[in-house]
Amino acid sequence: MDLEEAKSFTERCSQCAAVSWGLTDEGKYYCTSCHNVTDRSEEVVSTAVITNTKINSISRGLRKRSKHEKGWDWYVCEGFQCILYHQAEALKTLGVGAELKNEVLHNLWKRYLQKSKQAYCKNPVRTRGRKAKVLGDNLQSSDCASELELLSDTTLESGAEFQSDPQIPKPFPLVKASPKSEAADVCSGSVDGVEYSEWKEKGVLKMTVPRTLALCYLSLLWQRETITLSDLLRFVEEDRIPYVNAFQLFPEEMKVYGRDKGIFAVESWPDYEDIYKNMIEVAIFLDLPRFPDVTEDCYLHPNILCMKYLLELNLPEEMHSLTCQVVKMTGIGEVDFLTFDPIAKKKRTVKYDVQAVAVIVVVLKLLFLLDDKLEWSYSSLAEAYNEEHREDEPQFDFRKWYQVMKKTFDEKRQKWEEARAKYSWKTKRPIYRSHIDKSVMYKRREMVEHLQKQFSALVGSTPVAEKKDPSSFQFNWTEGDTGSPCFHGHSLQGLLRTKGQSLITKNSLYWLSTQKFCKSYCKHVTTYEESNFSLSYQFILSIFSFLLRIKTSILHEEVSLIEKKLFEKKYNESKKRSRPKKVRRH
Amino acid sequence: MSDFDEELTKLALAEDGKRETSVFSNPGMHFPWLQERIETVVTGGKKKRDFAQTTSACLSFIQEALLKHQWQQAAEYMHSYLQTLEDSDTYKRQNAPEVIWKLGSEILFYHPKSNVETFNNFADRMKNIGVLNYLKISLQHALYLIHHGKLEDANRNLSDAETWRYGEKSSSQEVLINLVQAYKGLLQYHTWSKKKTELSEIDKDDYAYTSETGNSGNQSCRTSTSICALLKTPGVWDPFVKSYVEILHEIVPSHPLMLEFHTLLRKSDTEEHQKLGLSVLFEFLDFAGCTKNITAWKYLAKCLKQTLMEGHLVWVEEEWMSRRSWWPTFHFSFFWAKSDWKADADLACEKAFVVGILLGKGCRYFRYIVKQDHETLKKKIKRMKKCVKKYSIVNPGVCT
Repeated sequence: MDLEEAKSFTERCSQCAAVSWGLTDEGKYYCTSCHNVTDRSEEVVSTAVITNTKINSISRGLRKRSKHEKGWDWYVCEGFQCILYHQAEALKTLGVGAELKNEVLHNLWKRYLQKSKQAYCKNPVRTRGRKAKVLGDNLQSSDCASELELLSDTTLESGAEFQSDPQIPKPFPLVKASPKSEAADVCSGSVDGVEYSEWKEKGVLKMTVPRTLALCYLSLLWQRETITLSDLLRFVEEDRIPYVNAFQLFPEEMKVYGRDKGIFAVESWPDYEDIYKNMIEVAIFLDLPRFPDVTEDCYLHPNILCMKYLLELNLPEEMHSLTCQVVKMTGIGEVDFLTFDPIAKKKRTVKYDVQAVAVIVVVLKLLFLLDDKLEWSYSSLAEAYNEEHREDEPQFDFRKWYQVMKKTFDEKRQKWEEARAKYSWKTKRPIYRSHIDKSVMYKRREMVEHLQKQFSALVGSTPVAEKKDPSSFQFNWTEGDTGSPCFHGHSLQGLLRTKGQSLITKNSLYWLSTQKFCKSYCKHVTTYEESNFSLSYQFILSIFSFLLRIKTSILHEEVSLIEKKLFEKKYNESKKRSRPKKVRRH
Repeated sequence: MSDFDEELTKLALAEDGKRETSVFSNPGMHFPWLQERIETVVTGGKKKRDFAQTTSACLSFIQEALLKHQWQQAAEYMHSYLQTLEDSDTYKRQNAPEVIWKLGSEILFYHPKSNVETFNNFADRMKNIGVLNYLKISLQHALYLIHHGKLEDANRNLSDAETWRYGEKSSSQEVLINLVQAYKGLLQYHTWSKKKTELSEIDKDDYAYTSETGNSGNQSCRTSTSICALLKTPGVWDPFVKSYVEILHEIVPSHPLMLEFHTLLRKSDTEEHQKLGLSVLFEFLDFAGCTKNITAWKYLAKCLKQTLMEGHLVWVEEEWMSRRSWWPTFHFSFFWAKSDWKADADLACEKAFVVGILLGKGCRYFRYIVKQDHETLKKKIKRMKKCVKKYSIVNPGVCT
């Protein structure tokens, strides 16, 4: 609480006659000299109106210089806010609309602060009524510093503990004499770094760097933007979105050291499953309502995503009608199925990208069976046909496609592995654990840089490959490269036959990726043991999952889930039989 | 179509080979998730950081590049690998310098753009990371410099290294310290030896000669002290010993080590060494203090016999030429014959044999000893007489 508010109350204290007031967390005025609590309470300030004057008065003066380092006093949540800010900026650069940053993400963040600060305060009652409406605040700030000012304001609004001095109130219930202990090994650049890392409270979700990404994805999903989760994670790995060493973007004066290291310095790229899980947890914690509908014209709808991936995987466009059929039959195109509803009983969402690719796998299995025999015999037929009819539209030749894709993906994977091996995790300014460590770490850093200079002199002047522009598509097949033919326009003629009014696949067999699903408490749907499956299937899973940068087992699981829906009847039948491997479809 | 099947199968097998062994090798059961669990137990429950994964991939790339002699690529990956020096995992961080030194020194050794200066720079930096690497790197650095002919720099390096001490850590590094001293001694030997050859070319009357000999003398002393201390430690120091003894031979021919030196030389295959072995003995016995050394005489007796048996009469004659004038009175006077026999019969026998070879059976010493009667030595004396008859250089015609 700041002095201004208290100053508005100018009565003399009944006990000590002083005019010096502060506010209790219940909102009542109390005398700061004799701690006499009155029953006058301050007027509730509307959260909707936050004037700039107020912001200015709070911000600048409260930045105190810390003892060891010249710099501001900053709180851990401010750090996260800064990271989110830059992540949002990065998304903007990638083409996402500005509303994501200014409205959606911002409000999600504010909501998070309120939700988590509810638990901070001794008295939760007051804060319950403070749930700010997500929409309505039209705050557009242009730099991080003002964002931080906003934070301090929000902190006040949500009713953090008040103190008489004009410092930003300490949000933690355990208030020690000084948050920054002088002990060598327990220190942090942030004011509350130590407490934050030790804070364990049931029902409260602590913000972590992976969770910032989860928040970003929630915003993207809310806006139904054309960036899937796998795209997002890929952009992070390509350093287009701050994540690893995001704290480097903090302003100079926000010094990061000590316990902050454990909070902000990550040494791993985000994992799909991990972020997915976090996303759901965060959405539940924030009590978010049902997300905007994912309808048929939405990018995330499987029909559209399937088309996208078909193009990217250099498969014939004709396969799209088949994928649409599968989508329809399994019901995964329904609005209710696709839309994320954290409040609903079954708290789950859809892995849109994985699901779309899984549908393609299913269609390939329908067309080619993928038993290491049929696909090759079909390929021979297609090849023979194509030889005979050079003028016609070529038939899709699986073998040719396999050769092209294998070569391309092997190259890409090799490059990817090399780039990862060369990735630089350590920052220019090392984060030291304690003040004793500081000089050691700086010296070490200097030495590493010197050695690096020596070796880079040896590397010579090989032209560094220009960093490609960010794109949702990792492959572009239509550039007319003779080495990599494009299969988009190829026909599935040889693989389909007419039955009455409709076209069905020539192949009438199918095998299920999973015989039986676990019913126990384990969430494991199925285990992917490669040697149980055909080599073609292994190949397809391997390149498709590389496209999404996920583990093959995740894709396999998704394929199994789709098959479960598709062959529901068969699954019920198979429970009676012992080991049916191949199942007749029609 | 069939070859495609084959190709895919080949691929699958290749991939299989790369894959780590599964938890249960039984083909029927495979639990990939269990494998992962077990791995996390090994790492203490913490998931493996991508930092660890990418740096170990980087290491494999460096090793691959080195195998393929792709120095440029290796340098590129090394650039990234250097961040392991800042690893937050203490154990890994402490082991990093050694790995980096091994790989980096190899790259810098072979890379076309690298030179001695770059190497020196690198070595100096790496030496001073942590404490335990100093000696090892100094030693290897010195060897590199020797390889490139920078002997003085190497010497300086070794001298610096020699004086390294770090409290209790010194004891574990003792072996290295010894090696450092040994190599330093070897370097000094080399310089000394070079000087010696240079000296032999200078005219003895030249002023330079005297000053050079003076210097060389100092050098010799220094070298011998450094190696001397070394020999006290257990181990196989043969190469160093040889150089040590050679220096000693020059400066102190009468050193008791000369006898050992002689044995070493005689064991050698080269003729030069054999010859040197003989002369070492002669030189040894040139000194008054060694006249009563029975081992020396035994060796000389044996050596002469062997040398003559092998037909190297010339060697013996060479050695004898400069001594012919004074050895008889020095060693083999009648007075000596009586005194030697009285003091040590064995010694006298050996000496008699030698003198028999060199002066013939007619000389007084020989005749005196042969005449003596002795319980145990009777047979020996008889044998000796025969030998002398056969091999004496005075009657060259008799030798075969």
